[in-house]
Amino acid sequence: MTDLIREADAMPQQPREKTRNIVSLLVENRSGVLARVASLFARKGFNIDSLTVSATHDSSISRITVTTQADDINLKQILSQSEKLVEVRKVALLDPDSSSQRELMLVKLAIDTHLRETIPGVADTYKAEIVDIGEKSMTLEIVGKPTKIDAFVEAISQYEILEMCRTGATALGHGDEVLH
Amino acid sequence: MRLSGAEILARVLIEQGVDTVFGYPGGAVLPIYDALYDHQDTVTHYLTAHEQGAAHAADGYARATGKVGVVLATSGPGATNIVTGIACAFMDSVPLVAITGNVGTAYIGRDSFQEVYTTGITLPITKHNFAVQDVRELAETLRSAFSIASSGRKGPVLVDITKDAQAAWCEWEPLAQAQAPLEPQQVVKQAACFTQEDISAAAKAIAASEKPVVVFGGGIISAEATTELHDFIHAAQIPAAHSLMGVGALDGCDPLSLGLIGMHGKASANHALAEADLVLALGFRFSDRVALDARRWAAQARIIQVDIDPSEVNKNVAVDQAVVGDVREVLLALLPLVQMTIKTPRTHSWLSQIDRWRADDYQPLDDDDALKPHQLMAAIAELAGDEAIFTTDVGQHQMWAAQFGHRTHPRSFITSGGLGAMGFGYGAAIGAQIGAAGGSGRRQPVIHITGDGSFHMNLNEACTAVSYRLPIITVILNNQALGMVRQWQKTFYDARYLASTPKRATDFVKLAEGFGLVGLRAETLDGFRAAFARALTIDGPVWIECLISGDEQVLPMIPAGGAVADIIIE
Repeated sequence: MTDLIREADAMPQQPREKTRNIVSLLVENRSGVLARVASLFARKGFNIDSLTVSATHDSSISRITVTTQADDINLKQILSQSEKLVEVRKVALLDPDSSSQRELMLVKLAIDTHLRETIPGVADTYKAEIVDIGEKSMTLEIVGKPTKIDAFVEAISQYEILEMCRTGATALGHGDEVLH
Repeated sequence: MRLSGAEILARVLIEQGVDTVFGYPGGAVLPIYDALYDHQDTVTHYLTAHEQGAAHAADGYARATGKVGVVLATSGPGATNIVTGIACAFMDSVPLVAITGNVGTAYIGRDSFQEVYTTGITLPITKHNFAVQDVRELAETLRSAFSIASSGRKGPVLVDITKDAQAAWCEWEPLAQAQAPLEPQQVVKQAACFTQEDISAAAKAIAASEKPVVVFGGGIISAEATTELHDFIHAAQIPAAHSLMGVGALDGCDPLSLGLIGMHGKASANHALAEADLVLALGFRFSDRVALDARRWAAQARIIQVDIDPSEVNKNVAVDQAVVGDVREVLLALLPLVQMTIKTPRTHSWLSQIDRWRADDYQPLDDDDALKPHQLMAAIAELAGDEAIFTTDVGQHQMWAAQFGHRTHPRSFITSGGLGAMGFGYGAAIGAQIGAAGGSGRRQPVIHITGDGSFHMNLNEACTAVSYRLPIITVILNNQALGMVRQWQKTFYDARYLASTPKRATDFVKLAEGFGLVGLRAETLDGFRAAFARALTIDGPVWIECLISGDEQVLPMIPAGGAVADIIIE
């Protein structure tokens, strides 16, 4: 009998296939809205791979882009639970294949005399720009689809990365698709 | 006209039809109390012993009347003390507006005296909350709060108002002249509800079904759909089981009532669910105390879920069809379709099968010389009458009350279902009594059923019941234990009892007298009946302590995560 309880406590959920999803939310531009969205994701156990938020052309509205790994049932929960938030005006799922996605990364690499020469070449291949050079380091900027950034991170793994930051993906729907 | 924020608050309350407020004063709400001073003929403020009691009272008031309950508390500890009450209302979808004061805007964020981040603390346990620092936003915000609390899936809304916003003045327009309150997005979103196709598909599934079962929950009560439920199940001849929150929505003596399902539900009801080929879930949220094993629950059935909240669909149990909308409207739409599709023979064989299961249902043995919980509950139901409101605390007594309390009217069984908050019952009884009496002075006894464990949590509210001479009969099932904890320790932890059998020496009769109310004690069923009959004649609160055996268990029981095959009956 005790086993039965333990089994139940361990959540009787069968693993389902997870996919990467892009959720766009139009929210009222007020203090605390981001906290509400973040709190919802946290308390419902939805994971967040990345989250961006900013004002839009309409100053009363902000747009949040969340990328999340979820199975189909969880994803529907994310959408319907988000829609319940009073200050969320609109929730939409963007197609990860056709939507326009961009992310920016800054990365500071240690300059080793031996490898220094090769950095511009790698940067050039990925259309990354050198935005700052210090005595012991070089800062690069790259903008692109998250997958491109991932590839660039892989490519520069041979260097010593001192620090890096990524903005997380921001995205707009394909073609004439508009959220409002 | 120019008014202070506090005065605006009082006027918006009146405009929203509020005549009853439960609360506790303190520094950060004194302007509000000062404004309420001038409106005592319209708005009655009930002072409780503790803010938690006020929150549960507002909740009990809302559950008894269907109106929005209002609780008022000061900043800091006042706000933290209502947290359990708000969470309780949130879990059971009870319309509540909680108003808290906060320190002046200039003191916000400085760890000022009695400052807490109230909207942060209550963010995950409210349907929505607001922090008001500008008096010009107050009226519209409060109107939105009432609108959000009482629309769609109901729930608690908190409005936190800084002390300076209460004291500041601004222009105020009564609702008729003011712009309509900002329509909460909630309402707009939920308007996208069921279609005729949804109804036809559901009706078709019902017609095709050989072994249908309805399961319903608190949604039936909050949608005021008890008549429609009754008419629907009779028209379609579908037996109906209910969750804890559904108690009272259908007379347990109705031939189509299957009674309680879930952990402490009837074996017959759980069998019916397990064998059903169609389950129609009405205002029922598939809680883990009912859908014990979400994967295996009603495994053979096509499940149709009717709920006003789209996010409930597939949340706990995967369903085959969802009908999103007000359950009363859905039932009204379904009714004409099912009347034409009843297949009597299939119904007959299914109902006969259910009757065979019923014959084997667990029935505890009577013993008139002792106080058996099931006999006690039956006696209360008989002596108090069908219309009496029961409130409960949480634990064994709560389950016995649900199993044997025989509630036949909606809003006559008020219990903390989702949160399971011990200490809920006395505050709830106070609110329910005041709400049910409706300020008419009508004598409407409320029966508060509790255990010695739960009662010790919030029995301080006895002083409130005395202050307002409320006819609340508290029946304390004293087993000298935290009975439900002890039962779990016995069943699942090899009877290793720790912290469940406190050696308390509380003399409830003397304690009652100390509070200024009548205390009685019963050790036999006859003794109880006599005590209860006497309690019904007393003008004011009464406690009846009932000595029951510590070995009494809530049966049957299906363990968490289990199925009907795992049922325990001894």
